[in-house]
Amino acid sequence: MSLLSVRDLSVTFNTLDGKVHAVNGVNFDLEEKQSLAIVGESGSGKSQTVFSLMGLLSSNGTSSGSVLFNGQEILNLPENELNKFRANEIGIIFQDPMTSLNPYMKVSDQLMEVLIHHKGLSKREAFNESVDMLDAVKIPDARNRIMFYPHEFSGGMRQRVMIAMSLLCRPKLLIADEPTTALDVTVQSQIMNLLSELQQEFGTAIILITHDLGVVAGACEKTLVMYGGRVMEYNHTDQLFKQPTHPYTKGLLSAIPRLDLNEEELNTIPGNPPNMLNPPSGCPFQPRCEFAEQKCSDSLPDLLVNKDDTKRACHLDSDKIISSSREAQL
Amino acid sequence: MLNFIFRRLLIAVPTLIFLVVFSFLIMHSAPGGPFDSEKPIPPAVKANIEKKYGLDQPLYKQMLNYIGGIVTEFDFGPSFRYKDRTVNELIADGFPVTLTYGFIAFVFAVSIGVSIGVYAALHQNSWLDYSTLSFAIVGQILPNFVMAPLLVLIFTNTLGWLPGGGWEGGKIQFIILPAVALGTSYLASIARITRSSMLEVLHSNFIRTAKAKGLPYKTIIFKHALKPAMLPVISYLGPAFVGMITGSVIIDTFFSTGGIGLHFVNSALNRDYSVLMGVTILLGTLTILFSTLVDILYAWIDPKIRY
Amino acid sequence: MLIDHEKSQALAENLANQAEVQGRSLWKDAANRFYHNKAAMAGLVVLCLVVIFTLVGPLFAQWDNEEIDWNALGNIATAGAPSIETGHYFGTDELGRDLYSRVIQGTQVSLMVGVIGSLIAVVIGTLYGATAGYIGGRLDGVMMRFVDIMMSVPYMFILILLMVIFGRSIFLIFIGIGLISWLDMSRIVRGQTLSLKNKEFIEAAIAAGVPTFNIIVRHIVPNVLGIVIVYATLLVPQMILTESFISFLGLGVQEPLTSWGVLISEGAGTMSYGTLWQLAFPLFFFVITLLSFFFIGDGLRDALDPKDR
Repeated sequence: MSLLSVRDLSVTFNTLDGKVHAVNGVNFDLEEKQSLAIVGESGSGKSQTVFSLMGLLSSNGTSSGSVLFNGQEILNLPENELNKFRANEIGIIFQDPMTSLNPYMKVSDQLMEVLIHHKGLSKREAFNESVDMLDAVKIPDARNRIMFYPHEFSGGMRQRVMIAMSLLCRPKLLIADEPTTALDVTVQSQIMNLLSELQQEFGTAIILITHDLGVVAGACEKTLVMYGGRVMEYNHTDQLFKQPTHPYTKGLLSAIPRLDLNEEELNTIPGNPPNMLNPPSGCPFQPRCEFAEQKCSDSLPDLLVNKDDTKRACHLDSDKIISSSREAQL
Repeated sequence: MLNFIFRRLLIAVPTLIFLVVFSFLIMHSAPGGPFDSEKPIPPAVKANIEKKYGLDQPLYKQMLNYIGGIVTEFDFGPSFRYKDRTVNELIADGFPVTLTYGFIAFVFAVSIGVSIGVYAALHQNSWLDYSTLSFAIVGQILPNFVMAPLLVLIFTNTLGWLPGGGWEGGKIQFIILPAVALGTSYLASIARITRSSMLEVLHSNFIRTAKAKGLPYKTIIFKHALKPAMLPVISYLGPAFVGMITGSVIIDTFFSTGGIGLHFVNSALNRDYSVLMGVTILLGTLTILFSTLVDILYAWIDPKIRY
Repeated sequence: MLIDHEKSQALAENLANQAEVQGRSLWKDAANRFYHNKAAMAGLVVLCLVVIFTLVGPLFAQWDNEEIDWNALGNIATAGAPSIETGHYFGTDELGRDLYSRVIQGTQVSLMVGVIGSLIAVVIGTLYGATAGYIGGRLDGVMMRFVDIMMSVPYMFILILLMVIFGRSIFLIFIGIGLISWLDMSRIVRGQTLSLKNKEFIEAAIAAGVPTFNIIVRHIVPNVLGIVIVYATLLVPQMILTESFISFLGLGVQEPLTSWGVLISEGAGTMSYGTLWQLAFPLFFFVITLLSFFFIGDGLRDALDPKDR
């Protein structure tokens, strides 16, 4: 049994302009202690996917489908049922550490309340446990710093506090929603290294959400590529980098700037992500796809599961895309 | 924190001095003294009167005497108009009245305004939320001098439930209408401010974090959301207090409660400078002190303001 | 890679052509947003009607605002009631004067106090705030500290003090109300100026040797105009409220001039004698005008204030 099994997950927002289908029929599984990256441009529905399974959608959003955590359905559970999973079984780190901590409470109070609520610890036990966790995320002088307010920490330190907070109850699953996007480049790699170390140390499964393929490369075993609220491709990370079989993945990879190739311009994928109020017909990527054919705008490609458990949603032969990249490299 | 209080007092004290000096100078630059308005008085008599009130001394000395009197003995001097009464007596007479219904109005506006605002935010788009919004708009266009006659029209003239004026030593039925007339528009503003700031806080990222921590709803609202949501309300308390102090002039006049505002208006109409000045300084001091307190309270709650 | 490149360039051009949007000016955009705000448009219409009423209304008046109708005097409750026949469309006041003419006159005075008062506040507040914000440093500190001090003074008492000492003239009301209400405006403008100060076009102006005063007037002020307009609209009802407050106490405008505050006060004083129209008509105009200003102000804020975008 998988730790997490997501089936046919869809998320819809009611807005003044109409219904927005942010996530459409997403499927994936995650085993214990495994790491999965969800990659896509902004607006691809990757954040809403994980928000929906934590029950954190904004009030105009609804989700449907099924999310099994350890075999138990957790999608659309009532708040008080869901609260038993939040932080306790599933931890989450948000994108912006500047605003994700309560600026009016001491860090100590924000950490301790998690342990007091979920584990029933006394204040003293919770305090010591919190200090230990801050030590674990390498915050120097944790015993004193824990009495600070969030604004007295730097951005990177605040993200460490967020990580500590999400790991306090030793959850089986940690979701990191663009954990490094708001940080300096040097701090980014520190945080990513810390996450990898902690994953080893605590044996947590991780879902890492990012738009930066560079971040994924060393960090996750599997990668799920999303576009227009749909899964485009799912593969081992190495395999995906070596041999992308989906035009979108290929476009993303070629958009990574490379210093070793003396290119004059940065490669980009032309056009913009689709307007989810009014998505294009057929495959969502078809208007921007360099390989697009008639059938791409006629019908939506199914997400096909291959023998080796990799997945792909494209009308075209994978060989065609792989061979085109060979040509390009030659 | 001590540092902050000190800095805040550095503003409050000059403000007070400014208020006293300004009102004193304005009084004395008035065309015509308090005793020339009616029938002419023989010069000798006038000189005598002026000597009695210390008006023959140079201006700065008069001012120092006056301030000295207030600071050392809380003495605002004699009334120029009611020869047998001092300003202190008038204040002692009217101030408790104003303070009583003013305090009730303030507590009424803050407690009910905050409760309604929080409730409306937590039940966004419910009927109570919409009523709060409409009430807030109505509150803006029904200031105390409109509320007072309307309340009397309804509860005194039509329904006959409550007396439309008087004080009777502060019996409860005499307090209700003045307090409601004074407090309603502030209640409406506080409800509106509370609602919008609570909504803003509820949509903030740190509330999402609190939810993701699996905390119960009540903990999220009371431990995480309430404090930041109260900050805009607290900074509104200063202006609200000033507005109510000012509004008490209307209430005292309209309801004939005999409060300090009535003395103020009468002295303004009678050009009774010493009473006018005494009341201005007293109420001014009160508002300045209150604004200072509110600022300190704000800084105490918001950890980001620590100098 | 070559093929790829050409293909993607063609694609990009294609997309660019599709996506071409007509440029719209900031003001046009705001006007459009304002136009679609129903409450604000309704407010604007009502306000226009009120203004037209004050201009055209006197043509239909059968009585002068100072004239006393001796037939009605002494029997106001019946003979002074609103009626077309007697020519008192809104009835008469307690002294037998035509309320229709008096309401028109009061409306004129109140609107004028509101508009002139906020104009004074706008001019002083904008220049003061822009100067403090632009020059900055110690001058800014001193100037804003002065505003802090002025703000915690209970201004209504000062205003009444001034009225008592220098006599109750409508001119003094304009000046007095304007002079005490520029404080908020100066704070808002200063904040905006601080954020404008480091923009490139200001630096360009400095580099080109434009004198400081010209930079403030030509570059800073036009750029804070949007916000200034919003707050000026919201200031007008506040000015009207302040004037009404003072007039209600009998310390404001003097007879034969009148204003909403005076009329409401008179109406409230006689409401137990069965002459409710004396309260109802002035109150009606007071309420609809203030509501209009608030809705217009809110609409303008939504349309112009970059904070809410």
